[in-house]
Amino acid sequence: MSRALSLAVAAKARKPWRKDSVLPGFPLALGITLTWLSLIFLLPLSALLLRPWELGLSGFWTVVTDPRVIAALRISFGAAALAATINAGLGLLIAWVLSRYAFPGRRFVDALVDLPFALPTAVAGIALTAIYAPNGPLGAPLAELGIRIAYTPLGILLALIFVGLPFVVRTVQPVLEDLDREVEEAARTLGATPRQTAWRVVLPALAPALLTGVGLAFARAAGEYGSVIFIAGNMPLRSEIAPLLIVIKLEQFDYAGAAAVGLAMLALSFTGLLLLNSLQGALARRGRA
Amino acid sequence: MTGRRPSPGSLALITGALVVLGLIVVLPLIMVFHEAFRLGAGAYIAALKEPDAWAAMHLTMLVAAIAVPLNAVFGLAAAWAIAKFEFRGRSLLITLIDLPFSISPVVSGLVWVLLFGANGWFGPLLQDLGIRVIFNITGVVLATVLVTLPFVARELIPLMEQQGADEETAAITLGAGPWTTFFRVTLPNVKWGLLYGVLLCNARAMGEFGAVSVVSGHIRGLTNTLPLHVEILYNEYDFVGAFAVATVLAGLALVTLGLKSALEWRHAGELAASRRH
Repeated sequence: MSRALSLAVAAKARKPWRKDSVLPGFPLALGITLTWLSLIFLLPLSALLLRPWELGLSGFWTVVTDPRVIAALRISFGAAALAATINAGLGLLIAWVLSRYAFPGRRFVDALVDLPFALPTAVAGIALTAIYAPNGPLGAPLAELGIRIAYTPLGILLALIFVGLPFVVRTVQPVLEDLDREVEEAARTLGATPRQTAWRVVLPALAPALLTGVGLAFARAAGEYGSVIFIAGNMPLRSEIAPLLIVIKLEQFDYAGAAAVGLAMLALSFTGLLLLNSLQGALARRGRA
Repeated sequence: MTGRRPSPGSLALITGALVVLGLIVVLPLIMVFHEAFRLGAGAYIAALKEPDAWAAMHLTMLVAAIAVPLNAVFGLAAAWAIAKFEFRGRSLLITLIDLPFSISPVVSGLVWVLLFGANGWFGPLLQDLGIRVIFNITGVVLATVLVTLPFVARELIPLMEQQGADEETAAITLGAGPWTTFFRVTLPNVKWGLLYGVLLCNARAMGEFGAVSVVSGHIRGLTNTLPLHVEILYNEYDFVGAFAVATVLAGLALVTLGLKSALEWRHAGELAASRRH
């Protein structure tokens, strides 16, 4: 195994950086790509990576351990993780129904799934607030039951479920459609109950796609701003999200502080995605064993 | 999809899925139109005719008209390099192109302020030159370009990879020039995928809120895009005005969804495999 690996590494090292091709335009195409990517993404990103350190290491630490910043990060990432988990269930249900059953209007319903992608976040934000405000069509009956959604962390959760739902459906659905129905039928013929088939045959096959979808929904939700700020109430320490804190720091011309919060968000996002990735790897290894 | 006859269990699942979608996705859409017409059609039309709303509409279209073509050219170039050639660092490049999607929109605005704001790296230089980027249309365009960077590229890369390089190789071998090959072979092959990417890119460009909000400065009639105008009206408790402007954006979203679905149904074979359903 290790011999094969070292051979592969050696082969890779000897390989020229680009395979020959008769097609023209590689330098031009790659040149445009790298120039645009550098100007629009890498140069601005480098400002985000470098500017927090103007505060010095201890200054950076003071900013990101400020109770208000910690609370905001916890709300953004905690609510995003919870919303992504809920979306795993809801998205699985919708993907299953869309790919397995014929019913009138299925195509129309399928198209509607993408609405949260297409609807501008500010529009979603004010609409959700109007629905769940104490005098809204759903907010009023819920308020009588003693449940408040708008202007509480529950409102944040709801907005994040809204923005993340299509990610899970759209990553799971194609896999579900391609899944070999014969395997499920074989399991049923061999005496598995529908529940056993779902848990032991279908779900393991879906797990990688499901985790990918959950990761996308999580990353999107953790940084979400537009749909959240209207419904959140934005109470410091309680319902204030991390992106809003960046906006507030910028309004005070505290660039380094804003960059520090942005960098912390970036680091947490990638840690979350990395964890999901290794979970995916572990599942794949278990599947092979 | 198979046409199995729904059993009671599956009917329950279908109902459950429809209720979830209705509550989470459809209800907010209905609410936008309901609130916009709360005081009748007259108030709705008056809110849309307001000069600041018009200015916001113009700016939104202008920003999209600049950002979308730029990112379409970028997407075509990136897909040509990545899908038609094999080179080291290819997968790193794909990851980098996708990265703006996992960054908070507010951070995508923040990075431009860090570069060009009053305390930004290039802030003093721009001030000496008398150029304004932040709190100006330029900043709005830059922020929009950054958040919409991946849309066209990520549609075209998988599509061009599936199509391979055989047809272009044949054209070149038979003596066609590079541009002839691109415009007569490659572009016709990817035109629906390109349109698909442009459609999604445009929807996001017109609807972007977080990134634009950070760089715009919310100057009414000057640097206010439609989504920002919705926020201003809402914060001034002009709810009919806010929802009236929001119906324009919701209409844009519905048109986008309609066209996107039409492309998925009629040209499924000419889109990337993940889009066929």
